[in-house]
Amino acid sequence: MTQSGSPISAADVAKVARLARLDIDDAQVEHFTEQLGKVMGHFGDIDALDLSAVEPMTQPYPLVNVMREDVELPTLDTDEVLAAAPAAEERRFRVPPIIGLDG
Amino acid sequence: MSDSTLSSIVATEDQLLPGGWEMIVGLEVHVELATRTKLFSGSPNRFGDEPNVNIDPVTLGLPGALPVLNKQAVELAMRIGLALNCRIQKCIFHRKNYFYPDQPKAYQISQYDLPLNADGFLALPSGTVVGIERAHLEEDTGKSTHVGGSTGRIHGSDYSLMDFNRAGVPLVEIVSRPDIRTSEQAKEYVAELRAILEAIGASDAKMEEGSMRCDANVSVHKIGTPFGTRCEIKNVNSIRALGRAIDYEARRQIDVLDSGGTIRQETRHWDDAEGRTHTLRTKEDADDYRYFPEPDLVTLDPSAEWIESVRQSLPPLPAARRAMLQELTGYDPQSEAVIVAVERGQHEYVKAIAEAGGDPVKALIYVTQAFAEAGAQPAVPPADIAALTILERDNKLSATQAKTVLAEIVANGGGDAVAIAAAKGFEAMDTTAVEAMVDEAIAADPDAWAKYCAGEEKAAGAIVGRVMKASKGKADGKIVSAIMQSRRGL
Amino acid sequence: MTTVPSTASGIASAVSSGSVSARSVVDAHLERIATRDGDIHAFNLVTADEARAHADAIDADIAAGRPVGPLAGVPIALKDNLCTHGIDTTCSSKILEGWKPPYDATVVSRLRAAGAISVGKTNLDEFAMGSSTENSAFGPTKNPLDLSRVPGGSSGGSAAAVAAGFAPVSLGSDTGGSIRQPAALCGVVGVKPTYGMVSRYGLVAYASSLDQIGPFATTVSDAALITEVIAGHDPMDSTSIPQPAPSLVGAVTQGVAGMRIGRVTDLPGGAEPEVMERLNAAFDALAAAGATIVDITLPSLSYALTAYYLIAPAEASSNLARFDGVRYGLRVNAADTNAMYGATRAAGFGDEVKRRIMLGTYALSAGYYDAYYGKALKVRRIIAQDFDAAYKNVDAIVIPTSPLVAFKAGDKVDDPMAMYLCDIYTIPTNLAGHPAMSVPFGTGAHNLPVGMQVLAPALGEVAMFRVGGALEAAGGAQ
Repeated sequence: MTQSGSPISAADVAKVARLARLDIDDAQVEHFTEQLGKVMGHFGDIDALDLSAVEPMTQPYPLVNVMREDVELPTLDTDEVLAAAPAAEERRFRVPPIIGLDG
Repeated sequence: MSDSTLSSIVATEDQLLPGGWEMIVGLEVHVELATRTKLFSGSPNRFGDEPNVNIDPVTLGLPGALPVLNKQAVELAMRIGLALNCRIQKCIFHRKNYFYPDQPKAYQISQYDLPLNADGFLALPSGTVVGIERAHLEEDTGKSTHVGGSTGRIHGSDYSLMDFNRAGVPLVEIVSRPDIRTSEQAKEYVAELRAILEAIGASDAKMEEGSMRCDANVSVHKIGTPFGTRCEIKNVNSIRALGRAIDYEARRQIDVLDSGGTIRQETRHWDDAEGRTHTLRTKEDADDYRYFPEPDLVTLDPSAEWIESVRQSLPPLPAARRAMLQELTGYDPQSEAVIVAVERGQHEYVKAIAEAGGDPVKALIYVTQAFAEAGAQPAVPPADIAALTILERDNKLSATQAKTVLAEIVANGGGDAVAIAAAKGFEAMDTTAVEAMVDEAIAADPDAWAKYCAGEEKAAGAIVGRVMKASKGKADGKIVSAIMQSRRGL
Repeated sequence: MTTVPSTASGIASAVSSGSVSARSVVDAHLERIATRDGDIHAFNLVTADEARAHADAIDADIAAGRPVGPLAGVPIALKDNLCTHGIDTTCSSKILEGWKPPYDATVVSRLRAAGAISVGKTNLDEFAMGSSTENSAFGPTKNPLDLSRVPGGSSGGSAAAVAAGFAPVSLGSDTGGSIRQPAALCGVVGVKPTYGMVSRYGLVAYASSLDQIGPFATTVSDAALITEVIAGHDPMDSTSIPQPAPSLVGAVTQGVAGMRIGRVTDLPGGAEPEVMERLNAAFDALAAAGATIVDITLPSLSYALTAYYLIAPAEASSNLARFDGVRYGLRVNAADTNAMYGATRAAGFGDEVKRRIMLGTYALSAGYYDAYYGKALKVRRIIAQDFDAAYKNVDAIVIPTSPLVAFKAGDKVDDPMAMYLCDIYTIPTNLAGHPAMSVPFGTGAHNLPVGMQVLAPALGEVAMFRVGGALEAAGGAQ
């Protein structure tokens, strides 16, 4: 919680926009902060619940040990795939210089 | 968490670095598994193909693609876990979210707080036991080539090209506890791990080919003080480079601390040509990976029966193989011949020669000397080698002669040692004949003989030389020396 | 001129018996599309040539006496988040505009094998995020019953296509109500099967643990028929239940005599009074048909909205990270890859998608995971436990599908929270993974259709179709 009591601050919004690689300008940050704040204000309802003895539920239908045999399946056609690429060269996907990223 | 829960191992006096510094090293090793297909899809797991041919919707992270776990990858991962004395447990997969062009989904499917294998250990041949924190399954990334720029690295490149053949290949990440105290131990750990991985058929584990990748976490401190800040070292491409990189980094950190500075927690890149590490990125810049359980995969809970069948299928591990050779030959398991034979997988071959009636010690020496490239099953029938070892053991051939016969047997893929020796005119030289030749040599060079009798061992050379010349090399050097010693009467 | 039957099962038997050609069926539907879709915009893409060629092939098979599938000649519309090989699949987003997948979704393959003929890809809220189909990057879809109103969402195009007679059946996807709510607003039948009943392979993922594919139809029988064809284990989807497709068409006319049907006494409020009147009428009809109505409570239901709007955006933020301009889709060029990501995703995603990505990223981020995402997963469990307890005493539950009838276009676009509240009755079943369907049951305000929602436990499709069939038979008359 921020000092104003709103669950999400403009700094938070700017930070998650960066994490999610969404370029948004200051006006948008402000706009989204207001909208997300309203949505998240609603979420306070679950704070009242005592969930200490409850296990999280990540999947609705409990399956276990779903695996496949180590056999080859048909691959995609390279030409078809590269034709859909924004940029390709030498049978590879071409991207601008990779700087400023964790690798 | 206190340092003693991280590691309870304390360096010995001779392991400390000058100035009383203790080096703390943990290793993270990524191993490519030897499966036919990828971890979560049915594209081939193959090295060296044309770019972007081993692709499918899952590999490329296409919209709508879904992962399905490869059973053989789980089997091999379990073999690794058991070989490293881990507990195999019910586990799940997590998503590790980050953006990078070689990561097609912008997340990697890995394992986080519930890995398949946990809490094991690897006993180094020299005796130290290194704890294994975990060995978990995860998928590999694609490969990038950087174009333009002078170094082929990212820095200064004009653009990059992505090949996704490798994306989705199964990896096991093996994380050791920070129990390593010297660069020698680190090298030993990696060598032994490699031998184990090969022995159990989980991976060909070749650092030079990238099927085994090693990152080192290094810090220094003085004993009795808390562990220091550690740095992660990447781009170590051989065992030798690993040793050099660790030693460099420890000294670098000591220099910084000695001059009053502090160590920044960061990832550093090892430059083998320059022999130094430099900053890759600091941890402050690191992405928040936002781990959460992978909703597209279900719980993995190997049954006790499956675990037991994997355990039963494990072959003897390198340590056991070295022990076998020790029992067979009497050689120390740390001796070069034993290590080499096990590393090459030729221990069974040596044993086969012994079982065919051969002399075990000579078998070990012949195999390690003559079969460097031959792999685990040399083409020469063990009985042929066995016969040769007996000839040499019984002094029917000299060591030099035996070596010549061996070379011919190897070149021809087999052969009758006795027949080959005869064909070459190698015969057992009768000991009486040798005695006669020694006496003639003594008579011919009384000065040399007098010096030898007075204790000058070097003077023997002249006598031995005469005997070898007279016998045309057929006399066995050991027998000549024995006769001379008995004549000397000391 | 031969009359084209209006139901999928009617078309299937007419075509296979030879009384009407597949080609004439397809032509008739394409004609309707050409006449009216300009006003409605149910379709992003009409695949007329492909449909005609497919129809001709089926007619040739029938003429030659070769076997054809159970849906031979039946036109179907596919939501544009289902991968169709070589045919544009846009998810109504600029970031996938013009993208042609190199593979088919499993459900698409199964429909083709059954002989169904796709007439086109339908409009949706971008990446299935919305309740009105106003979030589409290619323009909204209108409700065929009143063009000034929304068809609901996110599968608004598929619902409208069936309501307008463009196809007797269509496929949508449902993560928080995206099949059921538009079905209710357009006056058609919509089904969300048990999670894992229908393969998600080839469905562009929004929220992986909530998404399911299901049919729209004008009759409950047709919805059961389509469900039978697309359901059943798929080895390409690890979350696919390892069972074959169940037999469902027979359940539709089985009746509800002897069944216990739950009435939720602590239902969250806010529904229009006419909707609640229809609910009461539904219970009357079911009781008259021989069911016992049992009062039940679902005390945690009101927390479902919060849990959903933390879990779904969190999974979505991860699922949509692959849209980065590297391998397919839109790319906005920049000096380096990192800048390219930011520019591409800013240009390619609409506002609602951006909101949910940011919300989801926040809910998963370091320091906030336990308070938000982690907690939501626990709320999910207590909601599922509420249902489990209720199903000890009842075989099915009936509640409204939507708290309101179709609202005016533009009414809620500027108020995300108001839009989210449209899903309060549909979200709980996605969280629990249970099946649910919406059946038209009379009209409410402004003479607009009201849908009744039938809920059943996991793998309880037979019970669900029995109750759905009974509601349909009762006619919904006021």
